[in-house]
Amino acid sequence: MSLFHVLGFALKIGHLFWMLCCWFVSWFVDNGIEDKSGLLVGSVGDLEKTKMTTMKKKNKMCFWNRISISGLKIPSFSYQFLGSVKFNKAWWRKLVVAWVVLWVLVSIWTFWYFSSQAMEKRKETLTSMCDERARMLQDQFNVSMNHVQAMSILISTFHHGKIPSAIDQRTFSEYTDRTSFERPLTSGVAYAMRVLHSEREEFERQQGWSIRRMDSLEQNPVHKDEYDPEALEPSPVQEEYAPVIFAQDTVSHVVSLDMLSGKEDRENVLRARRSGKGVLTAPFPLLKTNRLGVILTFAVYKRDLPSNATPKERIEATNGYLGGVFDIESLVENLLQQLASKQTILVNVYDTTNHSQPISMYGSDVSADGLERVSLLNFGDPFRKHEMRCRFKQKPPWPVLSMVTSFGILVIALLVAHIIHATVSRITKVEEDCHKMEQLKKKAEAADVAKSQFLATVSHEIRTPMNGVLGMLHMLMDTELDVTQQDYVRTAQASGKALVSLINEVLDQAKIESGKLELEDVRFDLRGILDDVLSLFSGKSQQKGVELAVYISDRVPEMLIGDPGRFRQILTNLMGNSIKFTEKGHIFVTVHLVEELFESIDGETASSPESTLSGLPVADRKRSWENFKAFSSSGHRSFEQSPPDINLIVAVEDTGIGIPLEAQSRIFTPFMQVGPSISRTHGGTGIGLSISKCLVGLMKGEIGFSSTPKVGSTFTFTAVFSNGMQQTERKNDPQNNNQPIFSEFRGMKAVVVDHRPARAKVSWYHFQRLGIRVEVVPRVEQALHYMKIGTCTVNMILIEQEIWNREADVFIKKLQKEPLVLSPKLILLANSVESSIPDAYCTGRDPPIVIVKPLRASMLAATLQRGLGIGNREPPQQKGPPALILRNLLLGRKILIVDDNNVNLRVAAGALKKYGADVVCAESGIKAISLLKPPHEFDACFMDIQMPEMDGFEATKRIRDMEEEINKRIKNGEAVIVENGNKASWHLPVLAMTADVIQATHEECLKCGMDGYVSKPFEAEQLYREVSRFFDSSSDTES
Amino acid sequence: MNTIVAQLQRQFQDYIVSLYQQGYLDNQFSELRKLQDEGTPDFVAEVVSLFFDDCAKLISNMSRSLPDNVDFKQVDSGVHQLKGSSSSIGARRVKNVCIAFKECCDVQNREGCLQQVDYEYKMLKTKLQDLFNLEQQILQAGGKIPQVDIN
Repeated sequence: MSLFHVLGFALKIGHLFWMLCCWFVSWFVDNGIEDKSGLLVGSVGDLEKTKMTTMKKKNKMCFWNRISISGLKIPSFSYQFLGSVKFNKAWWRKLVVAWVVLWVLVSIWTFWYFSSQAMEKRKETLTSMCDERARMLQDQFNVSMNHVQAMSILISTFHHGKIPSAIDQRTFSEYTDRTSFERPLTSGVAYAMRVLHSEREEFERQQGWSIRRMDSLEQNPVHKDEYDPEALEPSPVQEEYAPVIFAQDTVSHVVSLDMLSGKEDRENVLRARRSGKGVLTAPFPLLKTNRLGVILTFAVYKRDLPSNATPKERIEATNGYLGGVFDIESLVENLLQQLASKQTILVNVYDTTNHSQPISMYGSDVSADGLERVSLLNFGDPFRKHEMRCRFKQKPPWPVLSMVTSFGILVIALLVAHIIHATVSRITKVEEDCHKMEQLKKKAEAADVAKSQFLATVSHEIRTPMNGVLGMLHMLMDTELDVTQQDYVRTAQASGKALVSLINEVLDQAKIESGKLELEDVRFDLRGILDDVLSLFSGKSQQKGVELAVYISDRVPEMLIGDPGRFRQILTNLMGNSIKFTEKGHIFVTVHLVEELFESIDGETASSPESTLSGLPVADRKRSWENFKAFSSSGHRSFEQSPPDINLIVAVEDTGIGIPLEAQSRIFTPFMQVGPSISRTHGGTGIGLSISKCLVGLMKGEIGFSSTPKVGSTFTFTAVFSNGMQQTERKNDPQNNNQPIFSEFRGMKAVVVDHRPARAKVSWYHFQRLGIRVEVVPRVEQALHYMKIGTCTVNMILIEQEIWNREADVFIKKLQKEPLVLSPKLILLANSVESSIPDAYCTGRDPPIVIVKPLRASMLAATLQRGLGIGNREPPQQKGPPALILRNLLLGRKILIVDDNNVNLRVAAGALKKYGADVVCAESGIKAISLLKPPHEFDACFMDIQMPEMDGFEATKRIRDMEEEINKRIKNGEAVIVENGNKASWHLPVLAMTADVIQATHEECLKCGMDGYVSKPFEAEQLYREVSRFFDSSSDTES
Repeated sequence: MNTIVAQLQRQFQDYIVSLYQQGYLDNQFSELRKLQDEGTPDFVAEVVSLFFDDCAKLISNMSRSLPDNVDFKQVDSGVHQLKGSSSSIGARRVKNVCIAFKECCDVQNREGCLQQVDYEYKMLKTKLQDLFNLEQQILQAGGKIPQVDIN
C-alpha cells in the first residue's frame, strides 16, 4: 500500500518538473518564432521593419515581465539574463552540483528513515512475541508451583497431621497421577521426610529400606535403563537425612534416596526450609532421563508458621520436603507448540543466576547475531534468575521499499539537474551565438564605415577635377558669347554641377544607410528645378532623338517648401534611368496634385497609343500607383484633411525597353541591376533607385512603377511639401514676382499646331508660363483659319516638326495664296538639331525659328527673344563678370585677414588686394580680437578656422560677445562716441576660410556667429557670392 | 636682342610647362602669378620665399621632434600648416606628400615621409629658383614675362 503511495507521489513530482521544463522550452520557442517572423516581415519593407522592431520591443518587455515573475520562482533564471555570462556559468555549475548533492543526501536519508522504520517495527513484533511467551511460561509455572505448594499442605495435613498417616506411597502416586493435569510443567512430584540420625534406624525399619545416597550417582551418571536403585550405596552417617518416601510414578525411582546427599538438592532443601517458600534448583540433568530439569522444593512444616518466623524456627518446624521436577525443555516445547508463528521465532531460556555463565535451559545455541529480545522470567524464587531470549529465525528481508523510494528521488533529482544543466548550457550557447552575432555585426558595421570612408575619399577625388571643369566653364561664361553659346555653356555647367551633386549623392547613400540624412526646408521653384533637370538631359535626349517633356499642373503652387536638392535627385535618378534605356519615343514627366488625380481618375480612359506624347504605347501608369497606401479609400480622405500640405504626384513615363518581369521585384534593392549585362552596356551602379526610394520615404511619399517589357516603364512617386506661397503674395502678382525676366512676352498669342493632345498640352504649358496665350489646333489649315477669323493678332505659329515635315508644302502654298496682313512668326518645335527647313519657305522670308526640345522656360525665352528681336539683350546689371563686380564691391574696404600660416596669409592678402581692398593681416585669433575690439574701422574679416591656441570658431564667438556688449551699451543710452558713429549696432561680417569643405559646414559656421565661408584658395565666384551678400545692401547706402 | 628675349621667353614657357607637367606646380601657382601686377612686382617671389622659409623651419622642427619621443600632435599641426601653405602657392607635389604624411600622423605611424617632404621641397626650391632666374634674365634683357596658359 505505502509503496503505491510513494510511487504516486514520485510520479506527481516528476510530472511537475516535466511541466516546468515544457514551460521553459515553450519560452525559447516563442521567442525564436518572434524573431524569425520579425526577420521575415522586415524584409518586406522598411516601414514594416520599424513597426516590427517596436513590436518586438514590446514583446521583449512582456518577456522581461514574464521573466521577472518567474524569477520569483526560480530567481537564478532572470539573473542569468541580467548578470555577466562568466559569473553565471560558474554559479550555475555550483548550483547544479549543490542540487545533486542535496538530493543524494535526501535520498540517503529517506533510505535510512524507511529502513529504520522497518527495523523498529520488527523489533516491536519480536518484543511482543517474546513477552507473550515469557508471560505464558511464567503463568503456567506459577500454576504448577501453587499446586505443588498445595500438595505440601496436603502432605502436612494428611501424613503428619494424622496418626497413623492417611497417605502411603500408593495413595500418593495415585493422587499425584490423577492431579498431574494441574501441574502442566512438572514431570513428577516426590516427598522426602526429614529424618534425624537418631531416628534413622527406626525409620529404616519402619519403611523397610535403608536410606541411600545419590551423590555417587551424580558422579557416575548411568543410563536410564540401567538404573537400578538397589545398586546404590546406603547413605553414610549424617546428622540428618531427607529420604524420599512418596513419589509419583514417573519419578518412583527416587524413593529412598537421601535428598541431602545430592549437591543441588541439598542446597535446595536447606534453602527451602529456611525460607518457607518454593525454591528452584539450577538446571541439571535429571536422574534416569538425563534431560535438563529444574526441581522445585517446598518445605513441609509441623505446624502452621507465622509469616515472620525466623529461619531457625522454620528449620526446627520442618517435617519434610516436597519436590516437583520440571522438565523445562519438553515443557517449553509444549508451550511453544500451543502458540502461533512458532516457526518465525527462535526461543532460548537461560538461567542467569550466575551472570557470567548463563546456563541454557532450552533452545539451540545459535550464534547470537541480529535482533534479539530478552524477557525476564520470574518463577517465584528470588534467588534464581531466568530469562528468555527471542530471535527471528529468518534474516530481515531486503528493504525494497526504501531502496525504491530513495532511488526514485535520486533519479528525479538527477533528471531535474540534467534539465537545469541542459537549459543553462542552452542559454549559454544562445548567448555565445548572440555574442558572435554581435561581433559579426560590429564587423559588418566596421565594413560599412570603411565603405563610407571609401566613398567619401573617392567622391572627394572626383570633385577636385570637376571643380576645374566647372571653373573653366565659368570663365568661359565670362567671355563674349552669343545666346546659344551661353545656353550650351550653361547646360555644360549645370551638367557638371549635377555631376558633382550626384557624387555628393553617392555620399548620401552612406548617410541614408546610417539614417543620418535630414531634409532641408527651403522655398524653391518646382518648375525651375524641372527645367534644370530637363537641361541636364537635353543633350542626351537630342542625341538619341528621344522627346523629353515636362508638364506641371497649374494647381501646383509656384513656390514650395521642401528639399529641392533631394527632389531633384529623385527626378534625376528616374529620368537618368529612363533616358538610359530609351532609344526612341519619349520621356514624359508630369507633376500633379494628388487631389487632382483623384478628380480625374474616373474620367481618364485607358491610354491609347495615339494619346501619348510620341504616339508610342506606354506602360499603364495607373498600375504604378495602385499599391500606394495613401491611395486606398481611407487614405483618400487623409489628403484633404491637411490643406497646408501639398501632395505632389510625379510620374516619369518612358518608352524604353522596360524592366523584365523577373527583375521587377528587386528594382529598389541597392546595387541591384537587372542583370550583369545591363551594367556593361548601360553603366551605372544600381544605387539610384534605392536612394530615390529612401528619399521619397523621407518626403513622406511612396514610389512605385509599372513596366511592360519592350513597351516602357512608368515610375510614379508622391511627395509631401508645404506651400511656399503666402496667400497675399499669390494674389498680388504671381508672374512678375517670380519670373520677372519673362515679362516681355506677356499678352502675346500663339497657335500650336499639333494633333497629339498630350504633346500640345506640354507646349501649351511652356508657352503659357512665359505669359503667352496659346491656342491648340490639330491641323495647319485650322491654324490659318483661326488666324483669319481671330479678333486679336497672333504673334506666332508653333508647328510640331512632325506636322511640318508632312504639311509644310500645304502651309506654304496656302500662305502664298492668301498672305496674312501681319504674318506671325513661324516656329518649329523640333526633336533634334538637324531639322530641314524647305527652301521654298525661306525665300523672301525670315527663316523659321527652330526650337529644339526639350522645352524649358529659359531656353524658350532666349530663343524667342532672339527670334522675335524683342526684349533686352543686355545682360542684367548684376550679371557682369564677377571679378569686376568684386572689384567694385571690395574697393577701399578695410578687411582683416586672420591666418596662422604666413604663406596663406600672404596669398589671401594678395588676392584681396588685387580687388582693391585694404588688407590688414593678423597671425592669431587673439591678435584679431584685439584688433576687432569696437570701435574699429574694419568692414569684414576673413578668419581661418584651424589655428593653434585659438581656432576661428572660438575667436568669432569672442568677437560676437564683444559686439553684443557694445550694442547693449549703445542701446542703453551709454552713448559711445565713435568715428563712424552712424552705426546703430556693431556686426562685423566674419567669413571663415577653410581648405576643407567637409570639415566646416555652413551650419557650423553660422552657429559660431560667422556669416559664411570661402574655401581656400580663393575662388572669384565664391568670394563674390559670399561678399556680395553683406556688401550689397550697405553699398547702396554708402556709395 | 629681340631674338634673345624671344628665346628666353620660349625657354621660360617650356620650363614652366614642364614644371606643371611633372606635377611640381598646379593651377594655384598661375592664380598666384595673376595676383602679381605692377603694384606688386615681386609678389610671387616674396610669397614663394616666405613659403620656403616656413618649410625649412617646419621641417627642421619636425625632424627634431620625430625621432625620439614622437609628439604626433605637434608633427600633425606642422604638417597641416605645411599642407595649407603648399596648397596656397600651388606646390602640388609638396602638398601631396604632405597629405600622405598627414595620414601617417593620423594613424600614429612613425614611418612618416618627412624625408620625402624635405626632398620635394628642396627639389621645388631649386626648380623655382631656376624659374625666377629665367624671369630675371628676361627682365634684364628688356623683355616681358610671358603669360603661360597651362592646359
